[in-house]
Amino acid sequence: MRLTCPHCGSRGLEEFSYRGDATVQRPALEAPEEDWVAYVYLRDNPCGAHRELWYHGAGCRAWLVVERDTLTHVVHNVRAVCREETP
Amino acid sequence: MSGLRVAGRGRKARRTFRHGAGNGLETGRQIRFTFDGKSYLGHPGDTLASALLANGVRLLGRSFKYHRPRGLLSAGPEEPNALVELRQGAAREPNTRATIAEIFDGLVASSQNRWPGLALDVLGINGFFSPVFTAGFYYKTFMWPASFWEKVYEPLIRRAAGLGRAADAADPDRYEKITAFCDVLVVGAGPAGLSAALAAAESGVQVILCEQDALPGGRLRGERTLIDGRPGWMWAQDAHRRLAGMTNVRIMTRSCVFARYDGGTYGVLERVFDHLPAPREGQPRQRMWRVVAEHCVVATGGIERPIVFPNNDRPGIMLAASVRTYLHRFGVIPGHRAVVYTNNSDGLRTVADLHHAGVRVVAIVEAGTSTAAQDLARQTGAVLFSGATIANTFGRLGVTAAVIRDAHGREHRVGCDLIAVSGGWSPDIALTTHQGARPVYRDDLAAFVPAQGAGGSDLHVVGVAAGVMTDRGAFESGLRAGYLTSGADGSGKMRLPDVNDAAYDITPVWQGPGTGNLPRAGKAFVDFQNDVTARDIRLAAQEGFQSVEHLKRYTTLCMATDQGKTANVNALAMLADITGRSVSETGTTLIRPPVQPVALGALAGAHRGRHFRPFRLPPTHRWAEEQGAVFAENGLWLRAQWYPRPGETHWLETVNREVETVRNRVGFCDVSTLGKIDLQGPDVRVFLDRLYVNGWQKLPVGRARYGLMLREDGFVFDDGTTARLGENHYVMTTTTAKAASVMQHLEFCHQCLWPELDVQFISVTDEWAQIAVAGPNSRDVMRQIVDPDFDLSNAAFGFMAAADVTVCGGLRARLFRLSFSGELAYEIAVPARYGDALARRLMQAGAPYGIAPYGTEALGVMRIEKGHPAGAELNGQTTAHDLGMGRLLSGRKDFIGRRMADRAALRDPARPTLVGLKPLRVDAPLVCGAHLLPKGAAATAASDQGWIASSAWSPTVGSWIGLGFLQNGPARLGDVVAVHNPLAGTVTEAVVVSPVFVDPQGERLHG
Repeated sequence: MRLTCPHCGSRGLEEFSYRGDATVQRPALEAPEEDWVAYVYLRDNPCGAHRELWYHGAGCRAWLVVERDTLTHVVHNVRAVCREETP
Repeated sequence: MSGLRVAGRGRKARRTFRHGAGNGLETGRQIRFTFDGKSYLGHPGDTLASALLANGVRLLGRSFKYHRPRGLLSAGPEEPNALVELRQGAAREPNTRATIAEIFDGLVASSQNRWPGLALDVLGINGFFSPVFTAGFYYKTFMWPASFWEKVYEPLIRRAAGLGRAADAADPDRYEKITAFCDVLVVGAGPAGLSAALAAAESGVQVILCEQDALPGGRLRGERTLIDGRPGWMWAQDAHRRLAGMTNVRIMTRSCVFARYDGGTYGVLERVFDHLPAPREGQPRQRMWRVVAEHCVVATGGIERPIVFPNNDRPGIMLAASVRTYLHRFGVIPGHRAVVYTNNSDGLRTVADLHHAGVRVVAIVEAGTSTAAQDLARQTGAVLFSGATIANTFGRLGVTAAVIRDAHGREHRVGCDLIAVSGGWSPDIALTTHQGARPVYRDDLAAFVPAQGAGGSDLHVVGVAAGVMTDRGAFESGLRAGYLTSGADGSGKMRLPDVNDAAYDITPVWQGPGTGNLPRAGKAFVDFQNDVTARDIRLAAQEGFQSVEHLKRYTTLCMATDQGKTANVNALAMLADITGRSVSETGTTLIRPPVQPVALGALAGAHRGRHFRPFRLPPTHRWAEEQGAVFAENGLWLRAQWYPRPGETHWLETVNREVETVRNRVGFCDVSTLGKIDLQGPDVRVFLDRLYVNGWQKLPVGRARYGLMLREDGFVFDDGTTARLGENHYVMTTTTAKAASVMQHLEFCHQCLWPELDVQFISVTDEWAQIAVAGPNSRDVMRQIVDPDFDLSNAAFGFMAAADVTVCGGLRARLFRLSFSGELAYEIAVPARYGDALARRLMQAGAPYGIAPYGTEALGVMRIEKGHPAGAELNGQTTAHDLGMGRLLSGRKDFIGRRMADRAALRDPARPTLVGLKPLRVDAPLVCGAHLLPKGAAATAASDQGWIASSAWSPTVGSWIGLGFLQNGPARLGDVVAVHNPLAGTVTEAVVVSPVFVDPQGERLHG
């Protein structure tokens, strides 16, 4: 598997580590406990398109949002998490 | 002893089996090799299979379950039968296919899975017990009594059924890994692959051409095909030469593309020196390539199938195209009286080729009826049986006769020593299915082909692999794919060579009629390597295993090292037949990597022994070695554990001396392994506030503070100190173990959670050598190190102070007044390259003050004496409350883990909480992992109240001491608890005390 890092270009899987679902949002401190439990523990396991967080630890150390199909493994898009625009 | 007679020896004088030159042979030279101790001659270019065949050796092995005599089925990598051991001693390699093993001078090869010898194999008797070994035998026969499985059945089966022996010693050879990139990867150097490579290369793109064979040409080596009026293999050689002269082409022979992975990544195994006695100096035996390609042209050709009929496994029964390969490439006649049995037009080529080579073809058995066969029969004098099958064969160690059942059901016994069989061609589609693309069945070819667009737009399947069965089609599809992948419009340039072409017709016949029903006629093998018969398939289907996946697992069909390359489609077609479905409806299993067996040594590459996990060495490592330090692994780090001195006879003696040195004089220890992160920016303070549970708003410049980090689930993640070196400049330390994960955590928090914070940070763990100097004399020593203009007095540089300083006459350094030992102590950091020099300077400067280095063991003893939590306490299952640090949790800010840490159950005082433990008898060791129970309680899980996390002999206290977690711990100081060690079966007693054993007021470190 390869990911095209917006800073480093196409790189092999071994440079990255996977974190998981990129769609979850850290709740506000005062949010209900259920929200916090959901944020910390509960994850969907979608079959198909998914947004995932990957860390380019052996490269530029950027956290990346990878749009990937969990069924076909096709990577549709990779962007740095802290940037809105697609490179 | 007639039973010991080997085929090819005996009654008659030895007949010759080498009839001519062979297009892949160097007949001018001879090579000597041995097989089962007997010496033979061959030529460079011979495989072990062709060389043995040339010497009249037909019996090469015994089958897996029934120990049936087996010879060669094929001439290529699909070979299921002829598995042999190559080489000797540590280099011995089992289960090697004789059909791809090239011989070299001095090669020692032997057969396997036989005892005492090939011709007489005692376990051949398994054949008589064959009812025991039918489909699902693993699941049925040996089910009872259960206790018999391990002791009786399994060892019995393991010995009776088996493959070769692994070497007993470590592999003496080297393997290496390499990554390559290209625009177009072409897999296979047959007519289609070579055409594709030429077309792509001429367009200027980077091309890698991989061929698993030693020579280019593919099927052209095994046929008499003429291309532009010359033998096809010459065309292949010319094409190869042209490609080799191009700078944008890398040709890799003996290189099998064994897997396709996501993102255009391919695994390629290059057998660099398998064909020579030993690798050249400094070269690997095999090389594992990872090739990343924009496009891949799959020109892997096809695999010929056998036909299933009773006793179809005798030596001398071979695939028809393989017979042609032995004839043309190796100049070997596989027999002298041949029967050709085919269900397709391609198989008929064998009749003409055998006849041309002087072999008498006694009978042609064709499943259908063709005029081509009639013509051939007329030309060769062979008897033609149309619409016929082979009903049985005879010959104990090699075929001697075939029983042909003609279209009218009459049986004819025909003497022969070779049966060339063709059940049609299966496109070799393995690479196209590795990512889950299902192939489709084509009735006209009676074969599975890749679905349109299978595997992605970067995959281009050409030639026979794509179901294109003509030579012309192979060139055409190869050229087209070559131009397509290079982005060039080659339609105008495409020139097809002149090639004599023939259509491919097949009458889909998989097995002789009734083959699966008539066990008495003899076993009809579908999967030769795993000894799966037609009857097994029928039985499995009858017992309800009608899905292909179930059938496969129940019968072990296609689960041998050849992955059922020659068996799969026959088995599916037979299952379809039995269950009344079409082959399409029955479906097929997907093929997983690797396409061919790959040695574990090649997958490991250089990552073996010490290189599996390289050491990280602290900056003072060489110096510590000179001191005679004993080292221990600490994650990847190799750290000095203690520094023995002459006369010390036990490690504890050394550690006690090191502890006493620090407590009474001064010692030093390399702590460079701690993670160090340099943070800068106006928002670092806010950032730290959110990372750590405690507050950072009031930390002044020049001070350090202890910090505790949680995970978002509320459990402790890591701890360390962070010092403020400037207005917007901080340096954080982490534990050794968590250095990388804390860095990743910081990146996550900054980039994903709070990108608005103006913060920059970087790991500087490897940039700084950091040494702890501890003990009552440490200030005196530091005065010799730190340049004199810096005021080291307690008033000016007190506990938890931090500063940029210069040392040893101007060298920039960082100085921290931190103490892990509980003594007056400093940590001094210098650029890593000065670490070694600093250690030497400390030894010199500290000599008058009694300085000595101390290792991680003494460090551990002193931190237990001070009750500082470390790895065993920060184990991912403890909370700040558990560690007695609940009061650190700030209530005035958000921080990682705050909400989850606040859950009632995690604040419950009944949770096991950090305490100190002292045995009632000071010399009774406390053992880590021991359970804490109420005094007198039964040693049951119900009365379990905690555990001991760390323990040590404390020379300072004069007792064993421990840190543990105990329910309601802080409220139970002075209680006596039982310490149960279930491993040793002991119960001792210990008193609960404060976790700080030494200097509880902390006076020493403030001194």
